[in-house]
Amino acid sequence: MAKFLLYITLTISLLPFLAISFSPEIPTDRRVLVLLDDFAVKSSHSLFFDSLKSRGFELEFKLADDPNIGLQRYGQYLYDALVLFCPSVERFGGSINVASIADFVDSGHDLIIAADTNASDLIREISTESGVDFDENAAAMVIDHTGYAVSNTDGDHTLIASDDLIKSDVILGSKNIEAPVLFQGIGHSVNPANSLVLQVLAASPSSYSANPQSKLSSPPSLTGSAISLVSVIQARNNARIVVAGSLSMFSNRFFRSGVQKAGSSTKYQKSGNEEFLTELSKWVFHERGHLKALNVRHHKVGESDEPSMYRISDDLDYSVEIYEWSGTSWEPYVTNDVQLQFYMMSPYVLKTLSTDKKGLYSTSFKVPDVYGVFQFKVEYQRLGYTSLSLSKQIPVRPFRHNEYERFLPAAYPYYGASFSMMVGFFIFTVVHLYSK
Amino acid sequence: MVGKTEPVNGSVKQAAMSSSSSNPSRSDLLSSTFSLKSLKLKTKQQELLIRVSILCLVYILAFITRLFSVLRYESMIHEFDPYFNYRTTLFLTQKGFYEFWNWFDSESWYPLGRIIGGTLYPGLMVTAALIYWTLRLLRFAVHIREVCVLTAPFFASNTTLVAYFFGKEIWDSGAGLVAAALIAICPGYISRSVAGSYDNEGVAIFALLLTFYLFVKAVNTGSLAWALASAFGYFYMVSAWGGYVFIINLIPLYVLVLLITGRYSMRLYVAYNCMYVLGMLLAMQIRFVGFQHVQSGEHMAAMGVFFLMQVFYFLDWVKYMLSDTKMFQDFLRITVTCAVVAGAIALGVGTASGYISPWTGRFYSLLDPTYAKDHIPIIASVSEHQPTAWSSFMFDFHILLFLFPAGLYFCFKRLSDATIFIVMYGLTSMYFAGVMVRLILVATPAVCLISAIAVSATIKNLTSLIRTKSKTALTTSTKGSSGSKASSKASLDQSQPFQKNGAIALLFGAFYLLSRYVSHCTWVTSEAYSSPSIVLAARGAHGRVIFDDYREAYFWLRQNTPPDAKVMSWWDYGYQITAMGNRTVIVDNNTWNNTHIATVGRAMSSYEDEAYEIMRSLDVDYVLVVFGGVTGYSSDDINKFLWMVRIGGGVFPVIKEHDYLVNGEYRVDKGAAPKMLNCLMYKLSYYRFGELVTEYGKPSGYDRARGVEIGNKDIKLEYLEEAFTTSNWIVRIYKVKPPKNRW
Repeated sequence: MAKFLLYITLTISLLPFLAISFSPEIPTDRRVLVLLDDFAVKSSHSLFFDSLKSRGFELEFKLADDPNIGLQRYGQYLYDALVLFCPSVERFGGSINVASIADFVDSGHDLIIAADTNASDLIREISTESGVDFDENAAAMVIDHTGYAVSNTDGDHTLIASDDLIKSDVILGSKNIEAPVLFQGIGHSVNPANSLVLQVLAASPSSYSANPQSKLSSPPSLTGSAISLVSVIQARNNARIVVAGSLSMFSNRFFRSGVQKAGSSTKYQKSGNEEFLTELSKWVFHERGHLKALNVRHHKVGESDEPSMYRISDDLDYSVEIYEWSGTSWEPYVTNDVQLQFYMMSPYVLKTLSTDKKGLYSTSFKVPDVYGVFQFKVEYQRLGYTSLSLSKQIPVRPFRHNEYERFLPAAYPYYGASFSMMVGFFIFTVVHLYSK
Repeated sequence: MVGKTEPVNGSVKQAAMSSSSSNPSRSDLLSSTFSLKSLKLKTKQQELLIRVSILCLVYILAFITRLFSVLRYESMIHEFDPYFNYRTTLFLTQKGFYEFWNWFDSESWYPLGRIIGGTLYPGLMVTAALIYWTLRLLRFAVHIREVCVLTAPFFASNTTLVAYFFGKEIWDSGAGLVAAALIAICPGYISRSVAGSYDNEGVAIFALLLTFYLFVKAVNTGSLAWALASAFGYFYMVSAWGGYVFIINLIPLYVLVLLITGRYSMRLYVAYNCMYVLGMLLAMQIRFVGFQHVQSGEHMAAMGVFFLMQVFYFLDWVKYMLSDTKMFQDFLRITVTCAVVAGAIALGVGTASGYISPWTGRFYSLLDPTYAKDHIPIIASVSEHQPTAWSSFMFDFHILLFLFPAGLYFCFKRLSDATIFIVMYGLTSMYFAGVMVRLILVATPAVCLISAIAVSATIKNLTSLIRTKSKTALTTSTKGSSGSKASSKASLDQSQPFQKNGAIALLFGAFYLLSRYVSHCTWVTSEAYSSPSIVLAARGAHGRVIFDDYREAYFWLRQNTPPDAKVMSWWDYGYQITAMGNRTVIVDNNTWNNTHIATVGRAMSSYEDEAYEIMRSLDVDYVLVVFGGVTGYSSDDINKFLWMVRIGGGVFPVIKEHDYLVNGEYRVDKGAAPKMLNCLMYKLSYYRFGELVTEYGKPSGYDRARGVEIGNKDIKLEYLEEAFTTSNWIVRIYKVKPPKNRW
């Protein structure tokens, strides 16, 4: 898919301000609106909410059908993030609807959706807008007869202990989550046309999605690891979305309960839910994995001013500073795989930038022997990180008429020929005219 | 020189005139001004006074007849190419010559860019800038646009002067005057030189005629100075227009004809060699031409003739040295064989090694009119490259079309080096005029000159018939040759009254025809050739209606889009968008990169999602289409669409023309091909058009340009959004949406 970002222009235009006072921008969300079906959820899921509150978030709890709720007032968004813990809501109160939530995300805000069995059409529609399709059978649940969690009330194997987590330190933190994550709810599939959605918690290959109450008459539509239990989407404007098929996985009960996966002898005192969801919430609320690039500079070697145009075979330096948000401050981002393209319809130069470990990435190269309108492009897309897409247009001109060599060594025979011709002609003229 | 071969029907008066014309006219001028004090003027002085005043009037007439466009509209640049010329001239006057020479333009042909300095003929811009600087030096605070608008009329006036001298050189000053008068108002020339038509041809026709005149003068006199002047004329022509190739092929052809007909002379040798060598060296100074004179197939004829001249000269010398005729015959045979073989080998090796480039497509299409149609759609797509219709010959030449053969007859009657030249110029350029519409322009001076010979000679003969009758009263000239006088008297005696009346009738007939010519030319200039084509006018119920949509759209672009926005449109509008909208374009009228144009053609003829990918890869921000369905403006993008398909399909075989055709024709109504109804160009042209009622009594979505109801009235755009549509819907601008945020 074409990788361009509108926000580049924005970033570049913000550069002067960013350079004067470092980091006025704090990407972590502060104000979060939580929409609930029932205020009981507030207490039954208090562990999750408390962990958010303890990290400094201001949570505002509202009933989903509260007629006074609204995401924006006077054109300003009131919240930085939205948590939808209201799987059964048929219609939001106030001015919120699918389009306004889509606009909310498209203007760079984050979203957590928790669905459940019998999720309403509204929740399904919001998920579809994000590239995630819940099982169309409303009563369906994810069933796994081999990977279920052993519990006292051995029932229909809808309580799943899953440990098929995405391997990404950025999304799930550097600490390994050992205990399986308990899940009970509806499964979804990620739309293959959408390149931005990722399965974070996938079902095991032996699972399937069906109504546990009724007899399975036709093959289930969703089976195996194509079923996603929790997915994340990072939009092109770096807004982040989490879609979970289970509201109860956020609950205190699941957070606290011990877990033993069927067929496994290890019994964990505590399920992985708390760790998993806390880490995921850190990611989705931009406490981790948020990069920013600033001070894109380029100039000829030996100069410091940025020219408006380069000439072919100029030597130039390019540098950019990349920082990562650590949750409280901007830290230098250190890696060795940031690449720069010198691009005109295709990359003419592709160089890996070297870093000084303090956030500055730089390289120098020779402009290719091709004129045209080039772009300095940095397309940095790594799993979990916000994508960096910097492009800066710069024309490259050919030599001016007086920039060529005046005398070419290879052409000396020709110079000799022409000058001797001139001299010879002069002598001939003199001789011819005055030799009577 | 001119009067050397006296025609049998030459009269007393003509002899007098031709003898006067052989005098240097400057001394005439001086003597006339002196003798003006003594109010009684001699006949010769009277004649000079009349001649000078006629020339002055013609000079002024040529200028003012081209001002219709300024009066009807305003002082503005016309059409497409002139906008580029205007933009570059502006750059030249602002930044100076060196910046202009080295200008790399990053605003056109994004992302390839264009080296303007190396890919244009700078003659026009430098001329206009020099006029501008001169006027500024004289403290005339003019805007460069005014200079640009009036450059073409100014040079048309100068062309009349050259035509006078040329006519005088090949026939006599009477023919010169008639030629000046004819060319001043000839529609074939006016079409390219009205005020505002700031194009290369405006100055190039002047340069072309000047070069020819100076060369003929050089051949007639054998003077190095005239040949040198001709070389400089050629240099100016090369700097001004790519049509110089016509000169560099016509002159060798002429020389070759002279050689074959046994008219080789020292005068010709001096004139051609000096002109060719110096002209070639000078022409190499133009960056765009460079080494083509020694490397391109189109210029090889001149070089071949150059060497042939040397061989001729050498043989002459050998003939002079060898007294033995038989030995010379053998020598001649050997030399000619060797020369031909050497030439053929050189040409063969040069072509095979790639040193000599083959002929370009444009050149081929001149020799074979069907070539472009079959092979190079981009050349065939330009309307002015189409073969000429008979009607446009009549439109552009009027009576000259009938006078031309008559003039040829007179030229053949009095063959000289000069008349051979004008005959060849006339015949070759008429052929080219038949191949391409725009080359009528090149033929116009020749047609005017040859017709002038016909008019002048006929009228002169007729008047002499009338005057000889009452010669006792009117005889002023006493130095006429007695032979011709006797012959005319002899003929006069036989049928005096009938001839006189007939002559008077014929004179009135000629006068009537010429006055018809004048009114036709004025009418054509006023009605057909003075439209700027960027501002359209139509006759409405309440007088004239002006559609200024183009400029509306370009100024919208200039004011409302980011400065680095890239606009995609069909290449016709590229120059205007960069000059007036000041925005980067993907392709423009300088059609140097066929692939790039084909990419745009492909985008326009693809489905929206495929086109979106192409547009993303070219960083396109806006798409501009021209649409005439509301106003009935027929040269819009839908009518040009077949060329987008053909040019796009010529490079990208995924575009197949028959996908867009129904029974071999392009349709936009319900019977149109499904791909046609859903391609980008169709969608952009007809977006929201289905809701609109354009004409009373017709259903909504009635396309007035094509006279049909459109086939797809419910057009949804997914990847683009309408940004701006001008008041008469002629120009529609769409914004390319960024990729979807969540997908």
